[in-house]
Amino acid sequence: MTGIYIHIPFCKTKCPYCDFYSFKGEENQKDSYLEAVLLCLEGYSDRKLKVDTVYFGGGTPSVFGGERIERIISYIREGFDLQDNAEITVECNPSSTDEAFVRQVKKAGVNRASMGMQSAVDRERKSLGRPSGKEDIKRAVSLFKKEGIDNISLDLMLGVPYQNMESLDESIDFVLSLGVKHISAYMLKIEKGTPFERDEKKLPIPDEDTVADMYLHVSQRLGREGFVHYEISNFALEGFHSRHNTKYWQCEDYIGIGPSAHSCYKGKRFYYTRSFDDFISGKEPVYDGEGAGEEEYIMLALRLKEGLDGEKFRERYGRALDKSIFKKAERYEKRGLLKIEGERIYLTAEGFLLSNSIISDLIY
Amino acid sequence: MAAKKENIRNFSIIAHIDHGKSTLADRLLEITDSVAKRDMSAQILDDMDLERERGITIKAHAVKLNYKAKDGEEYELNLIDTPGHVDFNYEVSRSLAACEGAVLIIDASQGIEAQTLANTYLALDHDLELVPVINKIDLPAAEPDRVAAEVEEVIGLDCMGAPRVSAKTGENVAEVLEKIVSDIPAPSGCDDKAPLKALIFDSVYDNYKGVIVYVRVMQGTLKAGETMRMMATGAEFNVVEVGYMRATGLEPCKELSSGEVGYITASIKTVRDAKVGDTVTKVQNPASEPLPGYRKVNPMVYCGVYPADGADYEALRDALEKLQLNDASLSYEPETSGALGFGFRCGFLGLLHLEIIQERLEREYNLDLVTTVPSVVYKIHLTDGSVVEIDNPTHYPEQASIDYCEEPITNAHIYSPADYVGSIMDLCQDRRGIFKDMKYITPDRVDIHYELPLNEIIYDFFDALKSRTRGYASFDYEIFEYRRSSLQKVDVLLNGDIIDALSFIIHSEKAMSRARKIAEKLKEHIPRQMFEIPIQVAIGSKVIARETVKAMRKDVLAKCYGGDITRKKKLLEKQKEGKKRMRQFGTVEVPQEAFMAVLKLDDNG
Repeated sequence: MTGIYIHIPFCKTKCPYCDFYSFKGEENQKDSYLEAVLLCLEGYSDRKLKVDTVYFGGGTPSVFGGERIERIISYIREGFDLQDNAEITVECNPSSTDEAFVRQVKKAGVNRASMGMQSAVDRERKSLGRPSGKEDIKRAVSLFKKEGIDNISLDLMLGVPYQNMESLDESIDFVLSLGVKHISAYMLKIEKGTPFERDEKKLPIPDEDTVADMYLHVSQRLGREGFVHYEISNFALEGFHSRHNTKYWQCEDYIGIGPSAHSCYKGKRFYYTRSFDDFISGKEPVYDGEGAGEEEYIMLALRLKEGLDGEKFRERYGRALDKSIFKKAERYEKRGLLKIEGERIYLTAEGFLLSNSIISDLIY
Repeated sequence: MAAKKENIRNFSIIAHIDHGKSTLADRLLEITDSVAKRDMSAQILDDMDLERERGITIKAHAVKLNYKAKDGEEYELNLIDTPGHVDFNYEVSRSLAACEGAVLIIDASQGIEAQTLANTYLALDHDLELVPVINKIDLPAAEPDRVAAEVEEVIGLDCMGAPRVSAKTGENVAEVLEKIVSDIPAPSGCDDKAPLKALIFDSVYDNYKGVIVYVRVMQGTLKAGETMRMMATGAEFNVVEVGYMRATGLEPCKELSSGEVGYITASIKTVRDAKVGDTVTKVQNPASEPLPGYRKVNPMVYCGVYPADGADYEALRDALEKLQLNDASLSYEPETSGALGFGFRCGFLGLLHLEIIQERLEREYNLDLVTTVPSVVYKIHLTDGSVVEIDNPTHYPEQASIDYCEEPITNAHIYSPADYVGSIMDLCQDRRGIFKDMKYITPDRVDIHYELPLNEIIYDFFDALKSRTRGYASFDYEIFEYRRSSLQKVDVLLNGDIIDALSFIIHSEKAMSRARKIAEKLKEHIPRQMFEIPIQVAIGSKVIARETVKAMRKDVLAKCYGGDITRKKKLLEKQKEGKKRMRQFGTVEVPQEAFMAVLKLDDNG
C-alpha cells in the first residue's frame, strides 16, 4: 500500500513561525501548478499500485480551490488503484473554507479534514499570524460535519507567545467542544530564517518547564477524554489516527508531489526542490539516499505509542536489535522516560518530551 | 667589506607599544635603499602575521644599513629591534646591551607612556645615548611642543633638536639618520686581537641553516670553519657561516670583527643551545670571562594547554616543539587532567607571552585549545621544613602538611591621566595591592606605584584596567619578592566529582566571592541534561558555594511533517555531533564555552 502526498504551495499570508514552502500565488500560477501536478502523477502512474491514502498538505490546500483538488483526485483514481476505503485528507485554513469548497471536495472523495487552529485564544493566535477567528473554526468544522465529513483534525500549538496553563485549558476546552476526532499538539519551534527567529528574544514565550508541563497536561486531559496519544504530537479517538502520517512513521511507501515534497518509494528517498519554477518546468527530484533503513525504522518507531518492537524489527530486517539499545534504554527506564516490555521499548509522555536526546542516544 | 670601526653605529629603537617603532624602522630601511620600495609591505621588520596584526614586535630582529651622511662619510648602521612588551624585558635588555645608543620614539599626541619610561630606564641602565624622536606629527591631535616639554621634564632629555617626524608619511625621517650618526658614539673598546666575546641578543630557527645566532661582537673576530663555544651552556659548534643581516636577507661575509653586528650559523638544532644573553667565544684562545648580564629566564606564569579534541594531542605536541625551536622562554611538559585528558603544562614569561603562544597555536597550527586558569609559581613551606614550588593547583599539598605559603609580589607602575586615579586605586586595592606612592609626571598624568601580587595581575588585570580608564592607562610590572600569604586551594565539583582543570589557588579572603561567581557562571553555561547536576565549589571538604542545574524537561518536539525523514535524521545526528563538542566530566557534559566562561571570569562578569 502506498500513500500519495500532494503539496499545495499556496497561502494567503505567511505565518511568522512557518518555514514550509509556500507563497501567495496567482490564479494562473495555480492553473499551471495543477497541470504540473497531473503531469508528475502521470510519471508515477501504475494501475496496479494500490494507494490507500492521499493527503493534500501545504501551504493551504483550501486556497487552491475545490475544483483543482477534485481534478487531482480523479486523476489518481484513473492512474492508480485507489482503494475504496482510502483515507483522503485536505488541510484547510478555517477562514478560506467555504460551503462550496467543502461540497466539492466531499464529492471528489475527501473524507478527512485537518485544520490549523493552533490556539483558541485570540491574542495567541494573532501573535502566530493566524487570520481565522474562533468563529471561523467553529463554522468550518460544522461545514465539514454537515457534508458528512466528521473525521476532523485540529492543530494545537504549545509554547506560543502569551500562552499559560489557563489559556491552554481554554484552547483544549474549545477543541473538545467541537467534537473533533484527532488532535495534533506540537510545540512551537523557532525555525531558521523566519520572522520568529529574528524576534525570538522579544517574544513572550513560556519557559522550557512550563512548555513541558503543558505537553504533559494536554496528554493527560485528552487521555481522559478518550484520545490515544499514539504518536509524539498526535492524539486520536479509537480508529481515527492519521493513516497517511502513520506511513511516515512505519517506513511505508509514499510518493510526495510538489516543491519540497519528500518521497520514500521502493527503498529510495527523494524530494523535489523548494522551487515552484523548478517543479513547473518538470525538474527531476533530488535523490536523498536509501530509505527505510534500520536507523530510520528505529527512530520513527520510537515516536509511536507502540514503540520499537524487536520482533517486528527482526521480521523486517532479518536480525535482532542490538543489545546495546536495551542496555542504554534501561537507564531511561529508571527515570520513567520509557518502558521496556519483553522486546518492546516505548517512550512515556515524559520520554516523548526528551525523544530527540533519547532516540539519538539509542541509535548512535 | 667591514666599515671603519669609528663609522659603525649600533642602535635600538625603543618606544611604547603603537608609538610607531616598526613604521620608523621601515622608513629608515627605505631611505637607506636597504630595500626597494616595491618590496616594502608595511613593516618589514615584523615578519610574523600576528605581530603585524597586533602592532607589536614579539621577536627582536636586526638589520644592517649603509648610510652616506651629510659629512660625506659612509656609515654602517646596525638597527637592533627590540620586543616592545614587559614580558620580554630580559630580551630587550640583551638587545640594548648590544648597542651604544637608542632612538626613543614618543607619540606626539600621546606623550610618555608606561613603556616609554620603562624602556628609557632600561636604556639608561646600559649607558646608552638616547636620541629622542617625536613621531606622528601628521596626526591632527599631535602636540609636539607639549610632548617635547614633557620629555625634557620627565626624562631630562634635551629635546631642542629632537627630530619631529611622521614615520607614516616619511616627513623629516632623514633627520633621524643624521642624529644617529652625530649623537650615538661608535663602538668603544674594539680589539680584533683580543679573545672573542660576542653577545647573543637573539636567535631564530631556520629550516635549512638550523639556528641563526644574532650577535654583537664586543672583541675579537670569528669566521667560518672556526670552533665556537657558548660560555653559559658550554656547547661547542663548528661555524658554518658568518655574515650580516640585510633587510632583504642574510649576506655572508668572511669574518665578523669587534664592534660589528652579524649572524652565525653552525648547524645548531635548537635555540636553547644559543641562549639570549650568552657569550660566544672561540675554543682556540677563549675569553676568560663571559660578558655580564646573562640570566636564565624562568617562566612566571603557567597554565595547562589541552587540545579541544583529544585526537589533536600529537599535533599539539608537534606545534609546541616547533614553537620552542624559536622561543627558548617557552617551556612545556606533558600533563594529564582527569577532566581534559592529555595535554601540556606550559610556562610563559608573562600573560602576553601566554596569549601570543596560544594564538599562534590556534592560528598557525589550526588547533582548537582549552587552557586552564593561569597560575603563578607559589612557594609552599611544609611543616617538615621543606619547600615545594607549585605552578599547578592539582599538586597543591594537603592543607594539614602546609606550614605557610609565599606568593610572588610585583612592583607595578600604572601611568594614567590623573582623572582615573580613583578608579585605578579601587582596582588595585581590590587586587590586594599595597599603595607605595604616586608621582605627577605632568600636571595631568600620574605614575601610580603599587605592590601587587602577580596572581592578581594574571587574572584579567589588564582588561579591568583598560575598561576603567578607557584604554588610557598603561602598565608595567616586575617581580621583586616572594611574600608570605594566606592562600587556599579551591576545587570545583560537578555531580560530586572534582573537575581538576577548574581548581585554583586563591587568597583566602577572595575565595568565597570567586566561588560564588564560578558556581553561577557554570550554572549559566552548562545546559540542562537528562539528570540534575549539583555544582559545588569547595575548600577541602567544606562546600563554600552551591548551585544546581535542573534536569532537562524537553528537547525540540517538532511535527515530523511532510515525510521529510532525512531532515529529522540529520537533526538527531547533529544532536550527537553537538555532544562530541562537549567535555565529558564524569557523567556530566560541559560545553567548551562553559569552560572558557569560567576561565575568563572577570570581576565585572
